[in-house]
Amino acid sequence: MGEQTVKKRKSDEQLFDTVVNVLAVVILIVVLYPLIFIVSASFSDPALVLNGEVYLLPKHITFEAYKNVFQNEKIWNGYGNTIIYTTVGTAINVLMTTLAAYPLSRRDLPGRGVIMFFITLTMFFSGGLIPSYLLVKSLGMVNTMWALIIPGAIATYNLIVMRTYFQSSIPWEIQEAAHIDGCSNWKLLTHVILPLSKPILAVMVLFYAVGHWNSYFNALIYIRTKELYPLQLVLREVLLVSQADAVDSSVGMESKILLAESIKYVVIIISSLPVLVMYPFVQRHFVKGVMIGSLKG
Amino acid sequence: MKSTAIPVDAAPRSKSRRLFKSIVSRYDLYLMLLLPIVWYLVFHYGPLYGLQIAFKNFSPAKGILASPWVGLEHFQRFVESYYFWRLLWNTVSINLFSLLFAFPIPILLALLINEIRSKTFSKIVQNVTYIPHFISVVVMVGMLMLFLSPRGGPVNSILQAFGAAPVRFLDSAAWFKTIFIGSNIWQNMGWQSIIYIAALSGVNPQLYEAAKMDGAGRLKRIWHVSVPGILPVIVILLILDVGHFMNVGFEKILLMQNNLNIQSSDVISTFVYTTGILKGEYSYTAAIGLFNSVINLALLVLVNRFARKKAETSLW
Repeated sequence: MGEQTVKKRKSDEQLFDTVVNVLAVVILIVVLYPLIFIVSASFSDPALVLNGEVYLLPKHITFEAYKNVFQNEKIWNGYGNTIIYTTVGTAINVLMTTLAAYPLSRRDLPGRGVIMFFITLTMFFSGGLIPSYLLVKSLGMVNTMWALIIPGAIATYNLIVMRTYFQSSIPWEIQEAAHIDGCSNWKLLTHVILPLSKPILAVMVLFYAVGHWNSYFNALIYIRTKELYPLQLVLREVLLVSQADAVDSSVGMESKILLAESIKYVVIIISSLPVLVMYPFVQRHFVKGVMIGSLKG
Repeated sequence: MKSTAIPVDAAPRSKSRRLFKSIVSRYDLYLMLLLPIVWYLVFHYGPLYGLQIAFKNFSPAKGILASPWVGLEHFQRFVESYYFWRLLWNTVSINLFSLLFAFPIPILLALLINEIRSKTFSKIVQNVTYIPHFISVVVMVGMLMLFLSPRGGPVNSILQAFGAAPVRFLDSAAWFKTIFIGSNIWQNMGWQSIIYIAALSGVNPQLYEAAKMDGAGRLKRIWHVSVPGILPVIVILLILDVGHFMNVGFEKILLMQNNLNIQSSDVISTFVYTTGILKGEYSYTAAIGLFNSVINLALLVLVNRFARKKAETSLW
């Protein structure tokens, strides 16, 4: 190999690295810009935002919109409801998923293949929206929080993730040894398996909790009373539905419209904040969950 | 490999007795399973049973069983309806374009992140790109409205700075699919790339070394080592994507839909919601939902079979 080709190759490598890094920076900007803009807009004078004068950093910082949102009872009520739905819902989710995942992870359980088959089948074929709606209605759960919790008590994908974890990360020998020592299956689950399964329990809590926090559609079809609205439905009203109202309003309402516009930025922030604040601490677990679910499944 | 020590006629009985014994000794495991199984029967198989209303004229007063059978009437009505081709085209095209544009991007992103030399920088890119995944659909659509607003939305401000007229993006049927798919890419590319990044980290480093010795440049190493290394994962995810081909993004589409863009935003699942739940035409829309599911399942089976033959990877 001549010196010439070695040199050429080195500069090719450098060029490649530069292209890679530039592309990565462009992607970072594309992802981050909208997020930064929302934060800046929430602190800026709404008139400047509406005139398109805010590009990156906030201009004429004001907390008017925040004050308004903090005084808004509808939003606090939605927040409260969502916290309740998320807590109760996630607790039931994790309990039910564990109850199903553990026995199905046991290779000495007769019939587990058949049961697994019937469970997996539901991932590919379902009755669809209308029969499910009629079922929930006939069970008398419409307009109660149970309509948001019970029909989604188990996510089959999560069940499979958890079962895979039990099978692949907890040595079968431990379970056999505990059995020989006279440990019952319940005790085995609560005293041996679960303490060894903290990572997967964390993943389940996170997946389910974020799901509850962000869901709106079930509430849209099942919840009629505004006092029971979860946060996402309140947001839908503020962000999407009121848009039309704001446009229809007369010119004299100008300042009100302006405020309504900047309130939108604020509600986006305060509703996403809990998940985003949690994010740096837990993203490791999320990644783990995705990987267990996809690669070993 | 039967045991020869046991007499032939005694074998089945002792086998079933052993099975019985092993079931009884694990009764508590079945007890644990009881609640989940009942739940699956009620909430997954219950609606499947309820699907029969697609072939009946369901009236809430009579209940599912007592409502009269009408055969395929609802299906026929749907296929002959004015909306049929529009719904079918929108459903198929949105998903086809998603598969074409949104599916490869996480793969490209993963390959890109894998090529970044600095470990810290690659971690930063990775962690930042999956932040948008945690934003709710409602907020996502709210953000679209603010960003694409003809009044003060940054996109239109930039357009105007270049002297273009403001565009009412969200009220336009022509822009709907682009916006829908583009924002999906923004929101999910990082999250979906996690799997590929994990798969890439499992590729044997010696393969890269060997390719380098053979004189392969960076691009060639990506093409001949990285891509084949993650191909099984790509195929599996592709099959899964096709598996819900007909219902992707329904919640988001519903929020983005308005009278001005309905021409290209009306898909089968939103139609089922608006006509079924809001207008109460249960039987008709249950039939439409069934039509949708059947196409879906057929596609899944077809693609799976194809993948098993061509790529030797499949779901079952």
